Amino acid sequence: MPRPVPAPDPLSKPFWDACAQGKLMVQKCTMCDRKQFPPEATCRNCGWAFNLTWIPTSGRGTIVGYSVTYDTRINAWVPDQPFNNAVIALEEDPAIKFHSNLPGVKVNEVPVGAKVEVYFLDLEDGIKLPEWKLVHH
Amino acid sequence: MARETGWERSRDPVGIWEHRGKVALASRGHAPTDRRWDGVSMDKTLGAYTIIAANAAIEDAGIKPSDIDGIITSPGGQPGGAPIGDTWGPVRPYFAPPYNTEDGLTQVTGEWLARQMGLKNVRYFNSHGDTIWNLIGLAAQCVGDGRCNVALVTYPTGNLEGRYHRNPDTRVRGPAQWSSPWGWGLSGQGFTFEQYCRKYGSNHDRMAPFVVQEHKNGLLWPGSYYAQHEPQPFTTEDYLNGRWIAQNLSIFDCDRPVNTAAAYIVTTAERARDMRHKPVYILDHTESTFQPRSLVQDLDDTEAFCKVQAERSYAGSGLRPKDIDIFLPYDGFAVFTQYFIEAFRWRGVNKGEAHDLYAMDITPQGPNPLNTGGGNMGTGRMRTAFFSDPIEQIQGRAGARQAKKAEIAVTHGVLPGNAATIVMSSTPG
Ligand SMILES: [Zn+2]
Repeated sequence: MPRPVPAPDPLSKPFWDACAQGKLMVQKCTMCDRKQFPPEATCRNCGWAFNLTWIPTSGRGTIVGYSVTYDTRINAWVPDQPFNNAVIALEEDPAIKFHSNLPGVKVNEVPVGAKVEVYFLDLEDGIKLPEWKLVHH
Repeated sequence: MARETGWERSRDPVGIWEHRGKVALASRGHAPTDRRWDGVSMDKTLGAYTIIAANAAIEDAGIKPSDIDGIITSPGGQPGGAPIGDTWGPVRPYFAPPYNTEDGLTQVTGEWLARQMGLKNVRYFNSHGDTIWNLIGLAAQCVGDGRCNVALVTYPTGNLEGRYHRNPDTRVRGPAQWSSPWGWGLSGQGFTFEQYCRKYGSNHDRMAPFVVQEHKNGLLWPGSYYAQHEPQPFTTEDYLNGRWIAQNLSIFDCDRPVNTAAAYIVTTAERARDMRHKPVYILDHTESTFQPRSLVQDLDDTEAFCKVQAERSYAGSGLRPKDIDIFLPYDGFAVFTQYFIEAFRWRGVNKGEAHDLYAMDITPQGPNPLNTGGGNMGTGRMRTAFFSDPIEQIQGRAGARQAKKAEIAVTHGVLPGNAATIVMSSTPG
């Protein structure tokens, strides 16, 4: 069964549009110089909306931890159990986190601390979903 | 009445509560605790059980129904009063009145309860509460402010047949667009606990003494689902063999949904002194909500949230960690209880040390009485052992669970990011 497909809304559309072009973007408040993800209607720091812009990220990050799901509530994911749920911290701002299933990494063999880089999976509805892969030197 | 906001005590600096020691919990009442409602027994609906619990609390206080002038509830037991499990209709037909709507079946509003019980003197209704910690806090504030004098707080928690929280969506909107495509869910619990263990050198097996002791305590508390239906002991081996839901969250770190209701009388200290049992004085209530910095609530977020809330609670009550005789931190899920213990520095426990405490004597009669009522692990997802047990402890009627010293009890729920703390005392301060 395929993954649940994100349905963009006005707030999230710029993010998914960028993904469709192979770019990982986050919000940034130009007043506070603060990044924000997931997107919000206003900057959580200053409360203003009109200083919020979208900026590209490096697309690089680090695995900061993980879980392995054995009994999910999400029906679409049941056939893929068990699966990795890793959390990625963005290289230039580790407070910004992303999800990853680390496709290709064996279940429960997640290398915490390892460097990863983003790539995009094709889903239905023309959605491209950010995923992450290990960087091999 | 619309949902009320602004009563929560979360603005720093939180000062000593203006009604400290002037409001009290007088009594508790419980309905039987079942695993589920069977859909046919009309004497066991959530509404019927809430009436049983309310009458029991009224009886336990030694007052008359006509004394009740306020009803405060979370009609479904969840934040915003949502049902804990599924709703009944509209796929299944409703019944004859008073069970011709969801109210009475999977939610029980104060208005429904007052009609069924003929409570004519209620002048304050609030059926928009959150979990039981917030309800007791709201009731304490209302009584202190004089909006009602004898408040009936009810907490129904329902469970129907089948599994709930199933998510069949193939297109995901709103917050789910940031989590469901990667199958993220209870993995959040497993993730943060794994971070904790990696940082502090612990492991999931070290949870066993805590959860096993909670089951022991729960079997000694008559309201518990396990005491009523599954009285066989829960062993260390049982815990260690628990299957993973989302590693490091096992099935035995998850509370079992049950169908039951509890009720409490919150009143002025003055009125409480004339009631059947000695007053359990409320020294403080504080309530805080927090948002993680980004997509997930990681260990840093979790520890920061818990620290702020613990500091607010101590500031509000004027107490110090060593003053707390009995500590009752929420455990549904059991894998986050250590954050609360460490933030409150109970028994001098610092960050990364709670699992060491679990290995010590945490029995009710020992030096570290922790979740003496069994928490949710030992009772089911009723959340009311966190109040009924300390009430009984402070009133000296906890029987086999009675702690040696039970003058100050503090309970804390429900999540690191949605936190409320109630401080209870045998004296007004
Ligand atoms: Zn800003």
